[in-house]
Amino acid sequence: MTAEVQPSRSVPVQSPTLSDLFFHFMLISAVAFGGVLPWARRKLVEERRWLTEREFLDTLALCQFLPGPNIVNLSIAVGARFRGLPGSIAAFLGILGLPCFIVVILGALYSRYGNLPAVGGGLLAVSAAASGMILAMAGKIATPLLQRRPLESAPVIVAVFVAVALLRFPLPWVLLVAAPISIGIGFWRRG
Amino acid sequence: MKGTGTLTALAINFLVLSLLAFGGANAVIPEIQRQAVEVHHWMSGAQFATLFAIAQAAPGPNVMVVTLVGWQVAGVLGAVVATAAMMGPSWVLTFAVFRAWDKFKYQPWCMAIQNGLAPVTVGLVASSAFLLARDADRDVVAFALTAATAAIAYWTRLNPLWVFAAAAIVGVAGFG
Repeated sequence: MTAEVQPSRSVPVQSPTLSDLFFHFMLISAVAFGGVLPWARRKLVEERRWLTEREFLDTLALCQFLPGPNIVNLSIAVGARFRGLPGSIAAFLGILGLPCFIVVILGALYSRYGNLPAVGGGLLAVSAAASGMILAMAGKIATPLLQRRPLESAPVIVAVFVAVALLRFPLPWVLLVAAPISIGIGFWRRG
Repeated sequence: MKGTGTLTALAINFLVLSLLAFGGANAVIPEIQRQAVEVHHWMSGAQFATLFAIAQAAPGPNVMVVTLVGWQVAGVLGAVVATAAMMGPSWVLTFAVFRAWDKFKYQPWCMAIQNGLAPVTVGLVASSAFLLARDADRDVVAFALTAATAAIAYWTRLNPLWVFAAAAIVGVAGFG
């Protein structure tokens, strides 16, 4: 298990090869229960240190504004950043290959055993843990932002949360309104 | 019997949805459901709900529900066609945008955009945590699981897989 992560951040990290990209994105997908992003952040920022916390957040932020699953876009972006077109293909196949295979196997199994109540209970418990994992990720990506630019960041974070989580506004509209305002604040408070 | 007509319908459906899937598959789930159940009668609503639950529970992105719909409709070939159609257009767009972005990312206007987008993204991640927890935390045990996982993942370097294993055992042992 790779539970132990060196806390030191001063160690220089080699840029990943094609097989590194494929292999580690596949490892991410293999363990990514209940949402892939927290596991990807853990792997890319804490374990492999291919990205800093801020680079991860900036890449993810751009991915939010492109169609497609964020984690798939993220794999394409990270692959392209280190190894160009071949890198993005390697990371993309890494993140999607195994889940495609697993999900079809699970589909076949579920159609046979899915009515057992224990299976339903297990799924619910896993999604409870998954929401905790995403909560921790929100905290981790927010921390450097709130330390460095608290006055600009905190109101935007709260406003987006209220709009999406509490008022349930449609995501595209929230993005269309919140992004220009937040970028405007960034320009205004620059330097 | 599923012929090329069905495969073509799968491909066209998901090629279009690919470019609409802002924020990932969850944004287009209602439309996928409408197409699969009401328009094309590929499956019942209950079948679709089951496929969605499997995609949620399985490791990997939730977009895997697309793979499952393809598989349900036209076997392995259907799974491949649906997945490729769903991923292709957004793949090209993402690659092009990040190639361009890398050229400009140290320009002041680019950094201002990054600084502006970052807190929006944090707000979105916090929202999805809240919404997922609200659906999953139906009792005290589930709520405790959410809180414990969040605390462990935030403050410790323990691999959260252990928490998930424990959660699955608690769940199978019979709550909820």
